[in-house]
Parts: sequence; structure tokens; C-alpha cells
Amino acid sequence: MFAYIGRRIIQAIPVLIIVTLVAFALIHLIPGDPVKIMLASRATPEAIATVRHQLGLDQPLPIQYLRFLGGALRLNFGNSLFLRTSIGPIIAKRAKDSLALLVFSVLVSLVIAVPMAIISAVRRNRPTDHLVRMFSTFAFAMPAFWTGLLLVLFFALRLRLFPTSGLGEGPINYLRSLTLPSITIGFYLAPVLLRSLRASVIETLSAEFVEAARARGLSERRVLFKHVLRNSLIAMITVLGVNVGFLISGAVVIENIFALPGLGSLLVSSILARDYPVIQALTLVFGVTVIVVNLLVDLSYAALDPRVRL
Amino acid sequence: MTLWLGVGIVGIAVILAIGTNWIGFTNPNEQDLGASLLAPSVAHPFGTDELGRDILTRVLHGARIDLSFGLITTYVSLVIGMFLGALAGYFGGVTDTVLMRVVDTVISFPFIVLILAIASIVGAGLLGAYVGVLVVSWALYARLTRGEMLVLRETQYMMAAETLGLPVRRIIFVHAIPNLLRANLVFSMSDIVLNILTLAALSYLGLGVRPPTAEWGTIIAQGQKYLRTAWWISTLPGIVVVLVGVGFALIGDGLADRLGEDVTGAA
Amino acid sequence: MRKQSEAMEALLLKVDDLTIGFADRRGFLLAANRVSFSVPKDHTLGMVGESGCGKSVTLRSLLGLVPYPGEVIAGSIMWMGRDLRGVSKKKLEQIRGKDISMIFQDPTSCLNPVFSVGDQITEMLRLKLYMSRQKAYARAVELLDRVGIPSPKLRLTDYPHQLSGGMRQRVMIAIAIASQPKLLLADEPTTALDVTIQDQILSLLAEIREETGMSMILVSHDVGVVAQNSDEVAVMYAGYLVERGRAQELLHRPRHPYTQGLLKAIPKIDQVGEGGPLVPIRGQPPNLADLPQGCPFQPRCRFMNEGCSTVSMELNRQEPEHGSACPFVDEGGMR
Repeated sequence: MFAYIGRRIIQAIPVLIIVTLVAFALIHLIPGDPVKIMLASRATPEAIATVRHQLGLDQPLPIQYLRFLGGALRLNFGNSLFLRTSIGPIIAKRAKDSLALLVFSVLVSLVIAVPMAIISAVRRNRPTDHLVRMFSTFAFAMPAFWTGLLLVLFFALRLRLFPTSGLGEGPINYLRSLTLPSITIGFYLAPVLLRSLRASVIETLSAEFVEAARARGLSERRVLFKHVLRNSLIAMITVLGVNVGFLISGAVVIENIFALPGLGSLLVSSILARDYPVIQALTLVFGVTVIVVNLLVDLSYAALDPRVRL
Repeated sequence: MTLWLGVGIVGIAVILAIGTNWIGFTNPNEQDLGASLLAPSVAHPFGTDELGRDILTRVLHGARIDLSFGLITTYVSLVIGMFLGALAGYFGGVTDTVLMRVVDTVISFPFIVLILAIASIVGAGLLGAYVGVLVVSWALYARLTRGEMLVLRETQYMMAAETLGLPVRRIIFVHAIPNLLRANLVFSMSDIVLNILTLAALSYLGLGVRPPTAEWGTIIAQGQKYLRTAWWISTLPGIVVVLVGVGFALIGDGLADRLGEDVTGAA
Repeated sequence: MRKQSEAMEALLLKVDDLTIGFADRRGFLLAANRVSFSVPKDHTLGMVGESGCGKSVTLRSLLGLVPYPGEVIAGSIMWMGRDLRGVSKKKLEQIRGKDISMIFQDPTSCLNPVFSVGDQITEMLRLKLYMSRQKAYARAVELLDRVGIPSPKLRLTDYPHQLSGGMRQRVMIAIAIASQPKLLLADEPTTALDVTIQDQILSLLAEIREETGMSMILVSHDVGVVAQNSDEVAVMYAGYLVERGRAQELLHRPRHPYTQGLLKAIPKIDQVGEGGPLVPIRGQPPNLADLPQGCPFQPRCRFMNEGCSTVSMELNRQEPEHGSACPFVDEGGMR
């Protein structure tokens, strides 16, 4: 298994290089000079030239890129053009919060999607199934930012159960402040997972080994939860993986509504400010995240289904 | 039955959007400061915003932007993606490998970065949103079609067409495409919803349509400040978005049932 | 009175007028139509017929496993004096796997691919026989050994896809006999296997029956397999039971035209070179939605006459040991 992981890491390197290269090129295509933005009204040509030199921005692009790569390998991402502090810790702190939000959101989406998918599949074409599918369709069509606003309206403003924005201090407040955002994202993820799992369970329920299990006198509950579920989860995990990869950066909308300092909002602000080193570092982080998530998905296949050979 | 319900909802939405001006909802930006922040009433079914603009009018005009965005981006991507995917799936080999690598890269690239970059290059606004979504959307259809083509290629009647010596062009266009179209059409319904939601989200962030233009995302965004006092500004337009989205999704489900396709669109 | 209940005691299973229907736009299609048979202790009943004749569905109905949209519409299934039709779900679950077990045609798709062989056997032992984990493992090894799997201890950790078809079927049998059931239902247990393996499996089943006195209902479309392994044979056609009798009797002196047709259509090894050409049954397999009045075999029967459309399809009661649904024909042809 470790050999497999090793192989995947090696395969990932060229992909990461390409992604960062493309990002680098793309970012430099964007008009706007970070130095001019920084200096604003004090932007005289000499000042600009000095600062550019200080920040190493006057070097030819390929050299800049290579310097970035070299630093990245040593986990040194340099300094933010704006904050003048080391990028590493900034990203680390925000990554921790983004990760917390992500994990919490995935849990919420699973809590919503899994039971509903199972009930829906077991009572296929009966009223319960139709209700669940209706819910799924509606949830799918709800814009995430709108859902977020609605939740804020009811639970934060009217009922005052949760804060409207920001991250809380201390474990309880931290979780409280992540609750509404997680529910928002959970509602966004749930319909997709539900659809996939429901289809999977329906397919598995008609498999012969399920009939055989019933014929052995195993209780319906055991048949469902032990035998059917394990076989059905695989398809859903793929879907989950794809979406999680997207959400690392895609959660920016939610971060915006709830004023959460996460990686998404860092990305937006750094692009607006043309903070190249930060953008580069973030792209690398996102790329690595997607690769790690894909790897975890594949490993979980192997764990769930013994027929899969790594 | 779901199919017709969906068609009905979407149909109403489209008709209202096209005919907005003719049914009297003419100016989405008409301000009436005396009538600001009014709750929903007969005169203003969706209420008014801080500048006294009628929300319902704004929503209807926004519908034009959003609906056309959803339809155009989806179907242009579908045509491009389906064509490229069919070629890749049919010819295999280098064509296939190259195309699939491109598709994978496009899909895995962080979407936000891409959109922001494009918005910054092309300029924020509707054009940026169109370009950004198109650049990514075609890839989904390409992947879906290629997968379907790989299966289709091995079917008997395709092999029969080949042995008859029909020109490649004919095989692909006349024989393959009608079959490939099924899965793509079903998926396109969810895609329309996703694209509309994307535009709304981008506009909400200030990257797509910019105020004062009325678009579902901008309306909701502008209402955020008044959430406590004038909740209707952000809430009601959202309901419209959901209803339209449900309409398209129902069409998708109905089509899937009719055509016997898999709704999840898994490639 | 006493004699009757004693006779009932000796009968494990008594099925009367079992009727199973599948809902269809126009009403019900009867996959099984007033089927009646009984199975005493230490006895094997073979059920034979073409695909779609209703034998598999009948078997499944005994354990309440008729797939949706089918359901048992009428009749009784008396197991040890109790009607299984009215029994609670929980009770049915208790009976399945413990008193009555079932093995299926395709061992590949009948074992859960994501769990090991050992897991699936011990699951039965622990849940149905309340064995402890250690005892269950030991017993699992014994069972695998009993069904003829070499190196049973090693096989416990194998997954179904790592075993051959024959081995998988043996595992299924091991699971089925784990709790020493009184009745084993076998739905085409050898159809999906190579001929040589078929033999081995059938011998294995015979041995087990010898040892434990287990009864069996063996369903197959292969007349030869059924005849060689059953004490009694029942023939089904279009959902009806058309003939029933002792195996040797039915084999050599078939009474129903359909049975006669079946036997004429298969080569017999003791008649090589003689006995004339093989005669297939003419006509098309029956369409349950479009059966004629009375006997369903009419369109294909050499002996069809006007009386056929009013036949009641009851097995003729004059000779309870060998009954046929056809009042006009016996082993010598038209009466």
C-alpha cells in the first residue's frame, strides 16, 4: 500500500508543476501592477522601480517561477507582497479554519443525505421516496449564498442562536460560529450525494446476494446496514471526493457571507491585490489538496471493496 | 408527469422573461425614493428596495439575464463538448489522450482562480462570466460524450455502419450523435441550473454582473445589508431562483425517465 | 384423528392451492396456479419444468421471498403445522436459514463480494446459533471441510472472487447447512456449473442428506438431474402442477403429455442407438398473459380434444402416489 501511495505522489508532481505553471502564466496575464496598487498615490517611477527590485519582481518571469518552485520544495513560500510577512503561517492558519469548515460541512451533508437516501431507496416510488426526491430537487436549486442568508435571517437574527459572522473564540463558540456556514454548505452538498447514494442503494437492493442474505434469515436491518450499505457507498464516495476538492477554494461565497477568514477569501483578496506569491502558494495548496483527496478516495475504495487492487 | 410540470414552470418563466416589457414591468432601475423599503403589497408584490425600485420588476428583468446565460452557456458548451468528445471517443489513440488530459486539467483547475483571472483580464461583468463558465463547461460534456462514445463504438450497429464503408463524417453525425445526445440532454438540465447559480454567485461576489443592473445575484447581494429590516429584498428573489431551478431539474428527471438515462450524469 | 395428526407430523411441509400472481396492467398474471404438494421428513422432491413455468417463484414463496410486484394471492404453506403465510416477519426471519435454508443458482452473485467467506459463514453461526466468535470460527472450518473445500482454515479469509465457481457453491452449501436445517431449498444449484462439478455438488448434497436426514426440494430444468436425485418428482407447466409421482415411476411411465414430451426430447444413455429420433415439443412456450381456457398445454398437445378446455387441472386423485392433471392420457397414450 505504501508503494502505491509513493507511486501516486510521484505521479502527482508533474500535474502540480503544470497547474502552478498555468496559474503563474495566467496571473501574470492579468493587467494591473501590484506595486502600483501598493504604492497608490506615492507611485513615482523611481519608487516603483525600487520596490519592484526589492521584491524581486524585475527578474525575468521564468526565473521568478523557478525561485517560487525552489522555495516551495523547502516549504518556504516567501513573503506576501502586501503583508510583508511570511506566507506559510498565514496560509496555515486559514487552512486550519477552512478545513474545520469543510469537515463540519461534510458531516452535515452526510447526516442529511445518507439516511434520506436509504429510506428513499428502500421505499422506492412510495410517498416517502417522492418527498425525499422533491427535497433533493429543491435543495439542488437553492443558491448557496441565498441559503446562507436565510439561515442567518432565522437563526442568527431572529432566534439569536448563532452568531451572524466571524469565528468564535474557545471551542464552543468556534463550533457555534461554524454551524450556520456548515449547514449552508451541507445543504449544497447533500442533494448531490443523496442522488448518487439512492441510485446506488436501489441497484444493490436488487442484487442476488441481497436476496440470498434475506434467505439466510438475516434481519432486514442487518441486510440493509451491513450488506447493502457497504456496497453502495463506493459510488457516493467518488462524488463526495470531487465536490470536496472543489469546495476548498469554492467556499469563498460562504466565507464572504459569514465573514470567515478562510482560504477562499484569501484567494480572492490576493487576486484583487495582485499578490503573486500568495496566489502561487495558494494554487499549489489547492492542487495538493485535490490530489490528496483523490488519493484518499482511491484508498477508501480499496478499503471497502476487496476486489479493487491498487 | 414530472416532465410536463417542469416544462410548465420553465415555460412560464421564459414567457414572463421575454414579455416583461410588454406586461408593464418596464423599468427595473426606476427609483422612487419616497417608496423605499416597502414591504410586499399589491402595488409592489415583492416589495421595494432602498432606492424605491420595485423588486418584482427587477427580478423579471434579471430573469432575462439569468435565463439567457443558463441556456446559452449550457448549449454552446454542449455542442462544443459533444463534438470534441465524440471525436476523442471514436478515434481514440493520441486524439483521445490529448483531449482527456486537457479535460482533466480544466476540471481540476480551481474554478475560482480561473474565474477571477478571466474576470480580471476580460474585465468584470457579464462577458467575463460567460467566458469563464464556457471555458470549463464544455469539458464536462466532452468527458460524458467520450465515455458514451467508447461504449457506442462497440455496438453492433456502429460496427455495421463501418463495415458498410460509410464515410466517417456520416457515421459520427448521422448515426452516433443522436444516441449521444440523450445523455447530454439529460445532463444539460442540471447544468443549466448550475450555470445560473454560478452566475448568481459570481454576481453576488461582485464578479459577474455589476450593480445597478438587475440580476438575481445582485439583487440578493444588495439586500444583504437590509436583512434585518427589509428581508424581502434578498429572500423573495431567491425563491424565484429555486422555482426556476426546480423547473429545469424536473425536465431533466422527466427526460431521464423517458429516455432511460442515468440522471447523475456520471461519466 | 390421531393417525392424521401423526401423518401431519411426519410431513414437514404441506402446500395447498398455492397461487402467486404478478400485478400487470390488466390484472394478475398467475406464475403459480393452485399448486399443491407436500414434503415429508428425509425426502427429496424434485421440481422440473421449462424456464418461466413457476418453479423458482414457488420455491421463493415458501420463504416469503417473492419479488415485487409478485405476491401470494391464495393457498396455504403449512410448515410443521403452521401456515407460513400468516406468520410475522420476525418469525419468518427465524425460520429462514435455520429450519429452512436456500441455495441459489449463481454462487457468484449470491455471496457478498465485499466480505470474506469466513465472515459470511460466521455471521450465520453467531446470529442464528448464538455461537461465540471462537466457536463460530472453529465450526466454520468444520463446515468448509465438510463440503469438501481443501485447506479450510486458509479459505476463511478469502473473498468470493478468489474462489472458483464450484468452491463458491460449496461455500453456499456450507452456509445453508450451518444450522442443520430440516429442509433445503435448492434453486437450480448446478445449472451454472461445469458438468463435472455438477456431479460433485449433487453427490455432496446426497451425502449430507444421508447423514442428517435433511429433506430437500430440488428445482431444475434438467430432467436428468432431478430424476437422479429425487424421491418424488413434480412437473410444472405455465404455473400449473401437471404431474407428480415417485421418481422412477414418473421417469419410466409418465402420464401427462407434457412430461411425456419432455422425456422424449432428451437423449437417454440406456437407449443409445435405439428408441428413435429425439422429438422436441412442438409449439411455443406458454405466454402467461394469453393462456387458453382449461389446460394450458393444449396448443402443443398431440392429444388435444374438446374436453381439454374444461379440465380442472387438479391432479387426479385415484392414485395419490402418481397423479396427472390430464384425464385423457396415461402412460400408454389416450385412455
